[in-house]
Amino acid sequence: MNRVLLFVPVIFFAILGFVFYTMMEHDPSELQSARLNQPFPAFQLTDLEKPELTRDQSALQGEPMLVNVWATWCPACRAEHAYLVHLAEQKNVAIIGLNYKDQRQAANEWLVKLGDPYRFSIFDQEGRLGLDLGVYGAPETYVVDADGIIRYRHVGVVNEKVWQEKLSPWFPAISGSGVPAS
Amino acid sequence: MNPLRSFFLSLALSMIVGTSLATVDVYEFSDEDKYERYKVLTEELRCPKCQNQNIADSDAQIAKDLRQEVHRLVEAGQSDDQVVSFMVERYGDFVRYRPAMEGAMLGLWWGPVVIVLTGIPLLVFWVRRRRQADAGSIERGLDDQEKQRLKRLLDKDEGDRQ
Repeated sequence: MNRVLLFVPVIFFAILGFVFYTMMEHDPSELQSARLNQPFPAFQLTDLEKPELTRDQSALQGEPMLVNVWATWCPACRAEHAYLVHLAEQKNVAIIGLNYKDQRQAANEWLVKLGDPYRFSIFDQEGRLGLDLGVYGAPETYVVDADGIIRYRHVGVVNEKVWQEKLSPWFPAISGSGVPAS
Repeated sequence: MNPLRSFFLSLALSMIVGTSLATVDVYEFSDEDKYERYKVLTEELRCPKCQNQNIADSDAQIAKDLRQEVHRLVEAGQSDDQVVSFMVERYGDFVRYRPAMEGAMLGLWWGPVVIVLTGIPLLVFWVRRRRQADAGSIERGLDDQEKQRLKRLLDKDEGDRQ
């Protein structure tokens, strides 16, 4: 009986060690989206490139897609832009842009200069849709499934690793390991 | 005024200006009560970006946006609960510095009480049992047979050592 008691601290330490180990990967600044597993919030906003066109949430259905929150004032958005272009062109991933608190002209110039990975971009100048989504800093990338339900949110730059590990599982029709990153 | 003095004076003045500019939003409130509620709410809502600041303190863009939103909602006549649940709906329980007492929070609040309440009777039970056992063995002492056995063991022990 007393022998067993001697092992209690060791077991306790092992459990603690395991808990800490699992937390090593966890980034506390990355919040889980409060909108997870909920429909994409309703909106009515103009298209970035074609201001006369109004977009709403019904456009985010039919196939799994990425909704990428971006802006020209956001340096990290610039960093990930080339990879988004790669995803759209090489892997044919459906990406919708959410141009967040930006200037229309500057945003359009950016797309001309750096390439346009987006099927279309929603122009959210006031950040109201961003607020409804719970965006707290660009870039953020949401996975929206074929039914228009938000399945995942990635905060920060999207790159090969993020695509492979976090995003591609939501796109079963696209082979994740096909073309290596350029 | 000598140059050094004017230098320090201007340095001091620049600091005053710097601090007062830092967190001034200009919001108009239709009445004092709404202003008070705005103050309390922005102090109780946590900035999602900077994490260890409330939205009243933070200079982050998102904190500014949320302050503006709180102002808008308060002016629109929403209750404190409505404003908080508006934020929680979008940013999760994380944004509350005063989380609701439900779900996992219940464990945090009542867990210690449960542990203490079950611990005290257990402790009392164990101490009593041990005391009774101790008292019993002292009072009873050893009977003749046990004395003989003890002697034998001690003798044997002595023998082993030599």
